[in-house]
Amino acid sequence: MSARERLAGGTANFIDERTGAAKWMKKTLTKVFPDHWSFMLGEIVMYSFVILLLSGTFLTFWFDPSMKEVEYEGSYEPLSGVKMSAAYASTLNISFDVRGGLLMRQIHHWAALIFMAAMVIHMMRVFFTGAFRKPRELNWIIGVALLTLGIVEGFLGYSLPDDLLSGTGIRIAEAIIQAIPVVGSYLAYFVFGGAFPGEVFIQRIYTVHILLIPGIMLALITAHLMLVWYQKHTQYPGPGRTEKNVVGYPLMPVYMAKAGGFFFIVFGVTAFLGAVASINPIWIFGPYNPGQIGAGSQPDWYMGWLDGLVRLAPPIETHAFGYTISWNILIPGLIVPGIIFTLLAFYPFIEQWMTGDKREHHILDRPRNNPNRTAIGAMSLTFTLVALINGGNDLIATHFDLSINQIMWFSRIGIIILPPLAFVITKRICLSLQRADRELVLHGRETGRLVMLPHGEFIEVHEPLSPQKAYLLTHHEQNPPLALTNEDAQGVANPQGIKGRVRSRMSRAAQEQITKPTAKEVLEIEEGHH
Amino acid sequence: MNPISRIIARLSRYRRHKFAGPALLIAGLSIAGIGFSVAQAATTEIQKVTTSDKASLIAEGKEIFARGCSSCHGLNAEGAGAAPSLIGVGAASVDFQVATGRMPMADMSQQAMRKEPVYNEAEVAALAAYVASLAPGPAAVTNEELAWERSGDTALGGELFRTNCAMCHNLAGQGGALTQGKYAPTVMGVEPRHIYEAMVTGPQAMPVFANTVLTHDEKLSIIKWIKHAENEPALGGAALGRVGPVTEGLLAWTLGLGLLIGIAVWLTTKAR
Repeated sequence: MSARERLAGGTANFIDERTGAAKWMKKTLTKVFPDHWSFMLGEIVMYSFVILLLSGTFLTFWFDPSMKEVEYEGSYEPLSGVKMSAAYASTLNISFDVRGGLLMRQIHHWAALIFMAAMVIHMMRVFFTGAFRKPRELNWIIGVALLTLGIVEGFLGYSLPDDLLSGTGIRIAEAIIQAIPVVGSYLAYFVFGGAFPGEVFIQRIYTVHILLIPGIMLALITAHLMLVWYQKHTQYPGPGRTEKNVVGYPLMPVYMAKAGGFFFIVFGVTAFLGAVASINPIWIFGPYNPGQIGAGSQPDWYMGWLDGLVRLAPPIETHAFGYTISWNILIPGLIVPGIIFTLLAFYPFIEQWMTGDKREHHILDRPRNNPNRTAIGAMSLTFTLVALINGGNDLIATHFDLSINQIMWFSRIGIIILPPLAFVITKRICLSLQRADRELVLHGRETGRLVMLPHGEFIEVHEPLSPQKAYLLTHHEQNPPLALTNEDAQGVANPQGIKGRVRSRMSRAAQEQITKPTAKEVLEIEEGHH
Repeated sequence: MNPISRIIARLSRYRRHKFAGPALLIAGLSIAGIGFSVAQAATTEIQKVTTSDKASLIAEGKEIFARGCSSCHGLNAEGAGAAPSLIGVGAASVDFQVATGRMPMADMSQQAMRKEPVYNEAEVAALAAYVASLAPGPAAVTNEELAWERSGDTALGGELFRTNCAMCHNLAGQGGALTQGKYAPTVMGVEPRHIYEAMVTGPQAMPVFANTVLTHDEKLSIIKWIKHAENEPALGGAALGRVGPVTEGLLAWTLGLGLLIGIAVWLTTKAR
């Protein structure tokens, strides 16, 4: 035994004798994870979060969360002598007078945008493959909570520098709080400690931004990962993969190396963006002043669709009992997002109700094999995308020589018409792909080779599929719609009432499929043809 | 077999390659795009009017006016229909509208846009002299007369810009949308004299900033801030159009997330 081995063994033994870690480590390090690029999307989110924690900590060393008015005396000459809040002045200080400060600010902001984008992409993967099904509904809900918290956290971070752009965003947030009927104006006074902008909100959102929300998110991310660990990772269908096993690589050494390396890659890409591309150049925007406003003010992209919803709302207000209810802010700013996030969180249960399928699923769906779910996803994304486009309506207008009014009308009509259209089209595409799969299984792959038979007939040579491919195209189960009784034992028609009828209709929509080829059909064709 | 058909035969071996479709699409789009831009460049021809000997500036201006402007603004600049009367708008207005290429308009769109000027400086001066001779109005200025570099204060200019201009022209002066296709253009790359004349005359949807609203020195400060913003190097890296979170979000999704997903695909590719 070499000296090095003795040292390693000794250290391991020292730790094991005191913690009993060896048994646990042995089990843990050999745990198997399936290998697919889409399973790394969640890792991008987690690594971005780590980058946010690290770069954010750096920023707290110099950021002064105070609305105290100061006169700027730093090195950015075009603002010298301008009165501003200490928060804005310290952000300028970080940008221009702290070594590496601007780079860290930009890394922090780019990491935030990538964090949210990766979260959405990760969520799309989970949704379209049906990874949220039992037993993973709780993890889906944790994910929705993280998405919601991420939006709030990002918005607060965007607001902290107290520049003219972010102040505009805070002003809109105040308007949305005020739009809550009856208590809105009191609530706004409570949040801002008096009339807007007051003197306290930067201090308050700072505490929430660096302590409260990151703490909750860290706890939720931990719970999220522990559940993944305990429930084991889902896997894509394939030969040898069942509901009872996981096919992949062990954590040590393959996944340790891949995941560890990927962390540095994510850090690298974020740092690269921070180094080459400017983000939120607050020195151009100037300090916040409630009397000033800029054309083309936008929130970060993850708030953009909410802003877009507010922008497309027609101006409707009601005056009743001495109160004004601003429907144009209340509906798009609070009610619609409330409905969207509730539906999102409860989707696993809604699908269970529609299909009546309460079994555990560890093998993922191919999106085409669940046309209804895929179509619902496409519909929701279309809704959000139309709202997001309308959030940038002023920039689209100036950069593409369009009228902002026309873009707004496009969005108003589009947000009603396009999502159902996306639903129908996606569902048809999925069913067509199922038809194509069926063709492929029954007749094999078209090779493009034409052969002339002795009697002059031309045929195209079809190659039979590999057993692996054929398995992939036919392994999925297809269930009939729920058979809900039309009449109970006593002869009462439609015992479940309207609820039963809705569920029956939903179930039929959810189970709409192109019947996959049976083994018998394949056998018949193989015997008959070649 | 001749060389061309040999090349075709060699290429056609790749017709079922998995990148054949995308490659053809890119090639087709490139040919169409390049062809279109060449064809468009060939048709663009800048109209040039020769300057005659300047015996009388006003007379010459009147002649240019009769030829180039009167069909809309009337033979005596009295205005007609959509074209306003030019009596009393002053030389500043003519200098701004014509020297920035806004007038004559290319078409009756929402708003006259900045383009390559049709008339040269001498012709603009003649036109301005003619219009100024009709009735008194704000006088045209030159960049040298303004002396904005000496009299202006950048920080004050920034404050004034954010208070008076940013609501339409954007915080970074990149321009912004107005209603029904109208817009406040970017203030970047504009001659200082034209910025000044715009504030004095209030062209199109812009209000007039009289000296009672913004003093002469305050106007010069605004110009100084704009020129500073225009010449400021991109301090944090590529400026992304300086239009804020929209382009930043686009870059995060495309380059940022695109790179990361590409790398994730690469990391999980099985070794062959």
